[in-house]
Amino acid sequence: MSARGTLLGLGAALLLALLISPFASPRPDGLEKVAADKGFLHRGERKPPLTVPLPDYTWPGIRDARVATAVSGAFGTLAVFGIAWGAAALLRVKRDSARHVTRPFGHRE
Amino acid sequence: MHIPDGFLAARVWAPLWVVAGGGLWYCIRRVDAELKDKAVPLMGVMSAFIFAAQMLNFPVAGGTSGHLLGGVLAAVLLGPWAGAVIISIVLAVQCLVFQDGGITALGANIVNMALIGAGFSYAIYALARSALRISVKRRPDPIIAAVAVASWCSVVLASAACAVELALSGTSPLKVVLPAMIAVHSLIGVGEAIITCSIVACIVRVRPDLIYVSGGRSS
Repeated sequence: MSARGTLLGLGAALLLALLISPFASPRPDGLEKVAADKGFLHRGERKPPLTVPLPDYTWPGIRDARVATAVSGAFGTLAVFGIAWGAAALLRVKRDSARHVTRPFGHRE
Repeated sequence: MHIPDGFLAARVWAPLWVVAGGGLWYCIRRVDAELKDKAVPLMGVMSAFIFAAQMLNFPVAGGTSGHLLGGVLAAVLLGPWAGAVIISIVLAVQCLVFQDGGITALGANIVNMALIGAGFSYAIYALARSALRISVKRRPDPIIAAVAVASWCSVVLASAACAVELALSGTSPLKVVLPAMIAVHSLIGVGEAIITCSIVACIVRVRPDLIYVSGGRSS
């Protein structure tokens, strides 16, 4: 995948997170709906055992829920991009150094 | 269908952490063996796209919403092993940063959506694709039909696994929760199939080389 393709793909993902996620349906998802209908939703409402930085796609200091969702969504998109790329690149580096061979095809694009 | 903390009993979520860990370890080994240079940025882009797309809940009938799972999408482009790893990364970030899915249930969510929703569902896609290819000889490659079948199955199978886990936890009887989960997710699965097919159809037209070929990419 070329650098241009990567930027286009990441840009598209960021646009989804920034511009469209604030307008996502607020209805409960399938599991929540079943949990509410079948009477076990309360089991998930106890205090969670782990404190996370941005619970429910909020952002500290941003009151407007839509803006907060957009900002935390964009942050998450970039974080996931970095982690996945980094993990994949790490595997490549590890393998290349383990085998002491040059890449058979090189970079094409 | 991200399971929150509190829905699963420890006797269910603890073993599922082990299953998820073992499954992921195997997937990472397979990715390590076959990942090509050009797939490295695609791993990042695919993960980012699926994370963003999972925020976009679309309304379905009955006062419910669903969002793309993305398991089949990732697997069709990067293969079942990388697909499962991608969904797991998305689930881990959602859980650890945004409290979307419980930390105790992360193992269960990885089993349901990454191992079943991406890894196993890739097998359905591959099987459907070759079965259709044999039975419908004159048409071009039936990749889109296979993607439709596999992406619908991925959501329904993941929801069925989730229902079994809830039942084993004593949260809700199987005969209650299994039909309810399958009914709702049969609808959400249609959305999954429409979105996945649209994206794959675009990619087949513009960049067919990005579609995963089992046993190594063609270029």
